[in-house]
Amino acid sequence: MYQYDKYDQAMVDARVAEFRDQAQRRLEGKLSEDQFKPLRLMNGLYLQLHAYMLRVAIPYGTLNSAQMHVLADIADKYDRGYGHFTTRQNIQYNWIKLEDAGDILADLAKVEMHAIQTSGNCIRNISSDHFAGAAQDELVDPRPYAELLRQWSSFHPEFMYLPRKFKIAVIASDTDRAAMRLHDIGIQIVEKDGEIGASFYVGGGMGRTPMIAPNIREFVPLDQLITYSEACLRVYNRYGRRDNKYKARIKILVHELGAEEYTRQVEEEFAHLLEQGIEPPLAELERIKPYFADPAFEDGAKTVDRSDPDFALWVDRNTHRHKHDSYVSAVISLKPVGGIPGDATAEQMHLMADLAKEYSFDEMRVMHTQNVVLPHVKIADLHALWTKLDAADLGTPNLDQIGDIIACPGLDYCSLANARSIPLAQKISERFAEGGKQDKLGELKLKISGCINACGHHHAGHIGILGVDKKGVENYQLSLGGSEAEDTALGKITGRGFDEEGVLNAVDTVTDVYLAKKEDGERFLDTYNRIGMAPFKEALYD
Amino acid sequence: MTDLGTSPDGVQFRFRDDEMVDHASVTVDAFLEQSNSSAVRIEPGDDARDLLPHLDRIALVEVNFPVYGDGRGYSAARVLREEGYTGEIRAVGDVLVDQLNNMRRCGFDAFQPDVAMNEADAQAALDTWPEVYQATTDGRNPIWNIRHGVGPNE
Amino acid sequence: MIILTGNDLKTGAVVWWDGVSWSAHVDNAVDVGDQAAEIMAREESSRRVNVPYSIEATKDENGVRPAHIKDRVRALGPTVRPDLTLKPADPDIGEWVI
Repeated sequence: MYQYDKYDQAMVDARVAEFRDQAQRRLEGKLSEDQFKPLRLMNGLYLQLHAYMLRVAIPYGTLNSAQMHVLADIADKYDRGYGHFTTRQNIQYNWIKLEDAGDILADLAKVEMHAIQTSGNCIRNISSDHFAGAAQDELVDPRPYAELLRQWSSFHPEFMYLPRKFKIAVIASDTDRAAMRLHDIGIQIVEKDGEIGASFYVGGGMGRTPMIAPNIREFVPLDQLITYSEACLRVYNRYGRRDNKYKARIKILVHELGAEEYTRQVEEEFAHLLEQGIEPPLAELERIKPYFADPAFEDGAKTVDRSDPDFALWVDRNTHRHKHDSYVSAVISLKPVGGIPGDATAEQMHLMADLAKEYSFDEMRVMHTQNVVLPHVKIADLHALWTKLDAADLGTPNLDQIGDIIACPGLDYCSLANARSIPLAQKISERFAEGGKQDKLGELKLKISGCINACGHHHAGHIGILGVDKKGVENYQLSLGGSEAEDTALGKITGRGFDEEGVLNAVDTVTDVYLAKKEDGERFLDTYNRIGMAPFKEALYD
Repeated sequence: MTDLGTSPDGVQFRFRDDEMVDHASVTVDAFLEQSNSSAVRIEPGDDARDLLPHLDRIALVEVNFPVYGDGRGYSAARVLREEGYTGEIRAVGDVLVDQLNNMRRCGFDAFQPDVAMNEADAQAALDTWPEVYQATTDGRNPIWNIRHGVGPNE
Repeated sequence: MIILTGNDLKTGAVVWWDGVSWSAHVDNAVDVGDQAAEIMAREESSRRVNVPYSIEATKDENGVRPAHIKDRVRALGPTVRPDLTLKPADPDIGEWVI
């Protein structure tokens, strides 16, 4: 994986010093909260319901054991012994003290980590495919391009005060594991006439007004990647709406202008910027690439001993096909039955770090589904790995099952939330695991957001749940048919909302409809797409 | 150490040696209609590109920041510099010390904040960043060029 | 009753105005009547509290209960981690916020 050189390190160290000074000025009263807020947000420091919350960037979701150990140490030393992995492949801590923030950033900087631009109206952490560099179906590893974009977007002087936050995802496979078209810019690395380039999708997003990004250019040559990105951002910075924060994301601009007019303006700006010589030399991409080169894979066993049914189930569900036939990518579920999705204790983080070192070439990935991947595990090592995971409550075999729920922190932690998400996730995972119904359902992606901002990706859930405030009481809207994969789709609301018990029963009801109506090999989503909303609605409300 | 170029007027910092324009600036609309003014003031909603045909008769562009969080002025300044404008670009309004460095990078060379900045803080802010990642027109060679022995804007 | 809440500037901890100072326990919150704005301005400018705001609440023999669920969650802690709330001994304490 990528390693900082002296320049990268100097930038992060400078940021630690700068933020330490800003925090000190706030503590001394030289900065008001109004003045400090955007500064702390650009360093991922929120004021949440119970305390300050710090979000630490994990660029394109990739980290090594030393980094994970430090994340665990921070949980122990400065927080309450745990952290929360997020839908943007980051980690956040819920109980941070402002007076500790500088020290935490200094600890992070020692292992090439930071909290730069993990919030604020700027370009956020670049996300990517969690199986990058391992997946059998990818064209190339997308992460070198993500790394180049990371450098370009870090402290970009023109784009620190955009109309609204800005999220970029990069993938390099036709299978989309990063919700690419639900980002402000989604980039797919593609091949055309033997040449590698970037296909740009702009103006996607979830939130209050979900949109699927249209393709605005099918092929941007690699020696124009940064220039084209800069043109996309400049048009947005100039014309994105500033009068209403709910209409300020680029998706609204692209929608209001139309993709064609937005594209025309980008192309005009692009032509201008091409003359400015702002593109990095291609040698920089070539410098970055070797950091993501394959580790030294060895031939070995290609099958496992399936005599232990629990192990066999975990292998079937939680491993993913690798480009080398003696390896798989193994998913560590952070969704134990009845657990808090995405939470991991310091002990679990230390263990994951140790296991990555022992079994996965010192590398891990954070998934946007709030799990952790060991990308390169020898098939021969799987049983030993699973045994250790299982003992630490990290071996739940539920990847992409109904129990593998994405849930935002919700009203238990978040000051924006209208309803709690986590208790619902806990109850759903318990209900469907206990009766064995989960096993009958197959792939079913259920996603819960505690407010309209949609951090829990509910629009993209095969089943989505949105928490709302109904006269001071938590209420939940159900939606069906969303997808964040290559068949990107936005869920449709079933009808009137439910209380907590009601929505639990409603999930039961819609899954019953699926089980009754499904045809051979159909997933929940396939059946929904075939039979439409009506049968589900009828079962729910008639 | 950066030379802050402190000026006696409302302009707190000025990084150029030429004489300051001695008359008030006019709006973009007024400038385009008829004005002989050599000073023009850009508001956040104005398009700096409207000034491009007239750059040779402008000596001062004031870019107003009614609130620091509205970042359109950064693009306005960069566009002017990219098109070869060499006159003064002055940031006016809600201009805070923590934005100083980014503004310098985007081509601002004078600062007239509503509330004067602490000079030591301003100095520290400008000296914080040893190198930069991106190429702008400020002449600083980005890290990705330095790594490969390439000069600025090559 | 009208009570005041905010977060401690240094630690971020949830605090409630008890008439003299800022307390971690909502039950210590006092009715500020029409003094809210004055107290908040004074306390915030002296940095004894961060982003204070006033809310409605009721008081009975069980203590002070903020009117909105969000402030009840703040007063208690995360309902999904009873061990981290102000009443860690009671595993069902989360019910209080409903």
